[in-house]
Amino acid sequence: MIYVDGLVKSFGNLEVLKGISTDVKPGEVVAVIGPSGSGKSTFLRCLNLLEQPTRGTIRISGRDLTSKNADIRAARQEIGMVFQHFHLFPHLTVLGNLTYAPMKVKGFGKAQAEEQAQKLLRRVGLSDKAGAYPSSLSGGQKQRVAIARALAMEPRLMLFDEPTSALDPEMVKEVLDVMKDLAKSGMTMVVVTHEMGFAREVADRVLFLDQGVLIEEGRPDTFFSAPKTSRAKDFLEKVL
Amino acid sequence: MNLDFSQMTPYIPYMLEGIWVTLKFVFVALLIGALLGTLLALFKISGPVPLRAFAIAYTSVFRGTPLILQLMLIYFAVPQLTGYDITPFLSAIAAFGLNSAAYISEIIRAGIQAVDKGQVEAAQALGIPYRAMMKDIILPQAFKNILPALMNEVITLTKESALVSTIGYLDLMRRAQVVGASMYRQFEPLLFVGLIYWILVMILTLIGRRIERRLKASDIR
Ligand SMILES: Nc1ncnc2c1ncn2[C@@H]1O[C@H](COP(=O)(O)OP(=O)(O)O)[C@@H](O)[C@H]1O
Ligand SMILES: [Mg+2]
Repeated sequence: MIYVDGLVKSFGNLEVLKGISTDVKPGEVVAVIGPSGSGKSTFLRCLNLLEQPTRGTIRISGRDLTSKNADIRAARQEIGMVFQHFHLFPHLTVLGNLTYAPMKVKGFGKAQAEEQAQKLLRRVGLSDKAGAYPSSLSGGQKQRVAIARALAMEPRLMLFDEPTSALDPEMVKEVLDVMKDLAKSGMTMVVVTHEMGFAREVADRVLFLDQGVLIEEGRPDTFFSAPKTSRAKDFLEKVL
Repeated sequence: MNLDFSQMTPYIPYMLEGIWVTLKFVFVALLIGALLGTLLALFKISGPVPLRAFAIAYTSVFRGTPLILQLMLIYFAVPQLTGYDITPFLSAIAAFGLNSAAYISEIIRAGIQAVDKGQVEAAQALGIPYRAMMKDIILPQAFKNILPALMNEVITLTKESALVSTIGYLDLMRRAQVVGASMYRQFEPLLFVGLIYWILVMILTLIGRRIERRLKASDIR
C-alpha cells in the first residue's frame, strides 16, 4: 500500500527527515509516535506531498509520487488527511464541506454527493448537523466532520496528524471512537498521535521517530512493554 | 461675516451636475483599478517571477509618487510624446485607475494571504484543483477581509477625485471654481460642494458599515 525508501526532507539547511524507510500493508493501522519536533508531521505530509520530499522514494498503491511526472492530484484523491486543527471550510455548511470535493473532483451529482454525505454523517454520529456551520460545532464535532469530509472522497488510505491534540479532554473519546470504527472497517491508516492508549489498542504497528530518524518499529504489545532502544525507553518513561 | 448664498442660486443645478460627473469618473476609475488590481494581486501571490517583479515594481511606483504628478504626467506627457490629444476625462480615469490598481492590488493580496494556510492544505489534500480552490474556498473567505478595506479605497478615491479639477475636468470641484470666478465670490460655492463631498462620503461610509455588519453576522451563523 505504502512503500517509503530513503525519505529525506530538508528545510533549507535543516534536515528534518534523515532517510526514513518503511512500508504499510493494506488494512494496516500504523501509529507514529515520538517527541515534538522529531519530524512526525513532516513525514505524514510527505506522504501526500503537502511537503515535497528532498530525496527518496514514496510509492502509494503502486503510484510513484516522487517521480517527475507523478499526477499529484490523482494521488491525493486516494489519500484522506485529517489535521490537528480540522481546517473545515468555514463558509460552507457541514453538508457543503462534505459534498464540495466529491462534486468538484469526482464528478458526483448533487443528489449522489448529498446521499453519501448523510451516510457518512450518520457514521460519525452527526446526522443532525448537516445544515450547521463549522463555527457552531464543538472541537470534537468539527474533527468528526473533518474525518467524514476526508472519507467522502472514498480514499484508500487515511492520514491523521494528531487528530485529538487540539481537543478538550472530554471530546477526545468521541473522535478516537470514530477512528477505531474506521480501523475495524479495514481502512489503511497512518496516525501521528500522543494517545498511547489508542496506539496500543488499535495500531497494528508503532513507528518511533526521533530527530528525523526511524529509531524503532514493532508491534504495540512488544514495543510498549519491551522497547529495544534506550531512546524509545526514555520517551515512553516520559509519556506513560 | 457676509455670507450670501442667494447669488449662487442660479448656479446650483450646474454644480449639482458635477456630482454625476465626479461619480462617473470615480466609478470608471474604480472599475479599472479593481480589474487591474486583481490581476496584479494574482501576479504577486502566484505569478511567475517576471510578472511578480513587475507587479511589485508597479505598486511601488504608483504608491511612491504623488497622484497629482501621475495625473499631470498623463495629461501633458501623452500629447507631447505621442501627439495624441488626450481629453481630461481619459487622463483622469487613466491616472486614477492606474493609481487605485496599485492600492487595490495590495488590499486583495493582503486579504488573500490573511486566509488561514490550513484552508489551502485542506483543499490540496482533497485533490481540489487550484482554480476551483481559489474561486470557491479561498476568495470567498478573502472577500470578508477585502471588502471593508475596499470601501475605504472608494471613499479615498471620491475625495481625491477633486484633483482632476487641476486639468480642467468639469467635476464638482472645478464647477465650484468656475461659479466662484463668475460671481466673484469663492467662499459660498466651495462651501456648497464641500457639503456635497461630505454627504457623498457619509453615504459611502454608511453603506460600508452595513456591509461590514452583514459580513460579521454571517461569521456567527
Ligand atoms: N515549513 C517548515 N519550514 C522550516 N522548518 C520546518 C517546517 N516544518 C517543520 N519544520 C521543522 O521541522 C522539524 C520537525 O517538525 P515536525 O515534522 O512538525 O515535527 P513533529 O510533528 O514531530 O512535532 C521541526 O524542527 C520544525 O521546526
Ligand atoms: Mg506535528
